[in-house]
Amino acid sequence: MTNAVFYLFATLAVVSACLCILQRNPVSAALWLVSTMFSLAAIYVLLDAQFIAAIQVLVYAGAVMVLFLFVIMLLNLGHTSSDIRGPSGVAAAIVLVGLLAIELFTLWRYTPRRLAAELAQAPAFGDPGAAFAAGEFARQETAARGVVGAIATPLFQTYLIPFEITSILLLAAIVGAVVLAKRKV
Amino acid sequence: MLLGPSLLLSAILFSLGVAGVLLRRNAIVLFMCIELMLNAVNLTFVAFAQLYGASGYIIVFFVMTVAAAEAAVGLAIILAIFRHKQSVDLQNINLLHG
Repeated sequence: MTNAVFYLFATLAVVSACLCILQRNPVSAALWLVSTMFSLAAIYVLLDAQFIAAIQVLVYAGAVMVLFLFVIMLLNLGHTSSDIRGPSGVAAAIVLVGLLAIELFTLWRYTPRRLAAELAQAPAFGDPGAAFAAGEFARQETAARGVVGAIATPLFQTYLIPFEITSILLLAAIVGAVVLAKRKV
Repeated sequence: MLLGPSLLLSAILFSLGVAGVLLRRNAIVLFMCIELMLNAVNLTFVAFAQLYGASGYIIVFFVMTVAAAEAAVGLAIILAIFRHKQSVDLQNINLLHG
């Protein structure tokens, strides 16, 4: 059941992403991207990351995409001519993306288990089972502390300093956006 | 678990994002393709967080923050360029061309 739902949303995500990069109209491209993000949120729920799924819908599909649509409509870009590159650009894109896809596919086939088996051949390393202690960590954490608690504890303990630095980043982004968008500085 | 299929989906989405960046000339669509790539990477982090602990979720959190900041600043830059050039087509943005 879970697998069927996963493949349904995965197909939806890939089809929406294809339509997003091929739509001529920026508004429809943005709406297909929203569809991709919703599919990814559903996949996060299937992967036991309910909080991340909620944040995905709120921040990405909500705030960020509204910002994009707002700028598209502010600049009145709804009816532009096709902006897809010429034949040489398309050929270069196909070659580069094909190489990248082959590379990622090879990397995907290189599973942790295979790496562990290869490490077991090398005597310098210790027990490969210890190096790749794969348990259902997320599910255990969620059962122990709840969906939000499993994220809140490391966020405000281990990662407190990066979290505070994030606030400085956001402040810089706010100031930068206001300065850049002003007519006269 | 679904680790393998998640990583494959993430690879496909990332490749599509790169394809979009290389194919399109509209600066706003380019930004949307970059968001698509960031989403693909987030999916990888969530898939691995299932196995190796909640640090993956935290990193997804930070990636989302950086993506939101990047979108805000990038769109402000596009607005400034549009005011200057009356276009967001990358062909017309050649100020560094001399």
